[in-house]
Amino acid sequence: MRIVVCIKQVLVLGDEVEFQDDGLDVDPDYLDSALNEWDSFATEEALQLRERLGGEVVLVTCGARESEAALRRCLAMGADRAIRVEATGRDPFTVARALAEVVRAESPDLVFCGVQSSDAVQAATGTVLAELLGLPRAAVVTRVGYDEDARKVVVDRELEGGLLDRVEVDTPAVLTIQTGINEPRYANLRAIKQAEQVEVDVRSAADDGMPAYRVRRMFVPERGEGAEMIDGSPAEIAGRIAAIVKERLG
Amino acid sequence: MSVLVVAEHIRGQVRDVTRELITAGRELGPVTVAVIARDPAPLVDAVNVEGVAEIVTVQVATDEFENDAYQSAVEALITDRRPRVTLLGFTVNSMGYGPAAAAKLGLGFASDVHGVALEGDAVVATRSFYGSKVSAELDFPGAESVMLLLRPTTWVPAEGPGGASVSSFEVTASPSRARHLELVEPATSTDVDITQAGFLLSIGRGIGEKENVEMFRELAEKMGATLSVSRPLVDAGWMPASRQVGQSGKTVKPTVYLAFGISGAVQHLAGMKTSGTIIAVNTDPEAAIFNVAHYGARADLFDVAEELEKLF
Repeated sequence: MRIVVCIKQVLVLGDEVEFQDDGLDVDPDYLDSALNEWDSFATEEALQLRERLGGEVVLVTCGARESEAALRRCLAMGADRAIRVEATGRDPFTVARALAEVVRAESPDLVFCGVQSSDAVQAATGTVLAELLGLPRAAVVTRVGYDEDARKVVVDRELEGGLLDRVEVDTPAVLTIQTGINEPRYANLRAIKQAEQVEVDVRSAADDGMPAYRVRRMFVPERGEGAEMIDGSPAEIAGRIAAIVKERLG
Repeated sequence: MSVLVVAEHIRGQVRDVTRELITAGRELGPVTVAVIARDPAPLVDAVNVEGVAEIVTVQVATDEFENDAYQSAVEALITDRRPRVTLLGFTVNSMGYGPAAAAKLGLGFASDVHGVALEGDAVVATRSFYGSKVSAELDFPGAESVMLLLRPTTWVPAEGPGGASVSSFEVTASPSRARHLELVEPATSTDVDITQAGFLLSIGRGIGEKENVEMFRELAEKMGATLSVSRPLVDAGWMPASRQVGQSGKTVKPTVYLAFGISGAVQHLAGMKTSGTIIAVNTDPEAAIFNVAHYGARADLFDVAEELEKLF
């Protein structure tokens, strides 16, 4: 079987923030990058299925050359191949269109995406991708029971409050994978070194479609009244916290 | 400026988020609420609240939510009624079909939206990026119609008697490709019920390692608090799900919520922001939890915890 896992190198904002001159995004100097947390769970789930049923796990990401770091992280976990679609758009419609062409060409049995990315929290790309591919889908999946012969997968979707919605999905299907579904493996040093040597297949995406939205302005939100900050040494902070707790609880 | 709100329900009960959407929607224009169910009639009263002009029922083949049934119903409604704005909750169910319908119909789209405004005829949505540390205003040039998935527990649920007209809308259904089988309760546990605690000491990813859980467990015991956690600690298998605060865990409202090393992901804040007094200790001064905390301290968690232990 073939499983395509769509992953993302996310951007992480540190303690300080400055904006680009046009005010539409954060100055890249203030951003670090990392593999999206959800995507390590999606990759692990794909690897476990491959280990049980055979086949291959193909990684696809959308972004500039730097985003290959995320691909190499997941290659080191054990994925077979990696494809990067050269594209700059960041909204879910543009990203899903860029991914769709490549994913379709792979004719996968299953497509996994993370539920959302930690830098944007849109929870939309996987669902749009399924629509573009004409595939059924399930969002926020915490269990994947794949029946190869019946060409269907029984999944649990994690609803609010932890209630589970058990759903039978025809395959091929797109599933968005929730954190905690498994325990993502650590790559050993040798695998990490080997992954550095793998050639990433780079494709281009012609895109003339409409984006989901346009960013008009980015800004640091007003804190409202915000928290009253307690300053001082650890002992002084602890003293103040103890006093507040004792006063509130009587 | 017409507004379509899609009601969300489970086990025959309309969820609170629906009336939150109505509150957001009625600021924009006359609201039509769509109730999609096998038997919509009993759900109509719960959404007939102040500000709703029309309720339209759509009969589908399934009691509980299914992607395909909701998507085809909502697409047909939008095509027929041409609302300027369609509002869904930013919920697990909406995530499965909302973005797909928006992409298919060529709508403008944004999710986890926590502010909506009209500027003339233009819709402007506000949402957060980069761990809620920055906000962005989005607009939708060229889109005649916009779908927004609104963050739950942001608007006050609409109340008061409504006088909406009720009509039904026919949709031709195609066979569902993802079929609801059953709802499964999370494993029952004999653990303490954190929703009943008056004082929660809550720990998050900032504690670093599993070995450090014990230190905070002891601190909680000394302080007379119940230990709770944010999602990453449950995902890592360090603590059981029964102790998890947040959207996918428990919603809590203790007298005092003392958080160590919790950055304050939106889903976590949704589960604790109405607590009586919130105190947060974190090394990151920009951590989003300081937005909802009453008291905050930027400090090393372990130093503060050690000092605190001496005081109880």
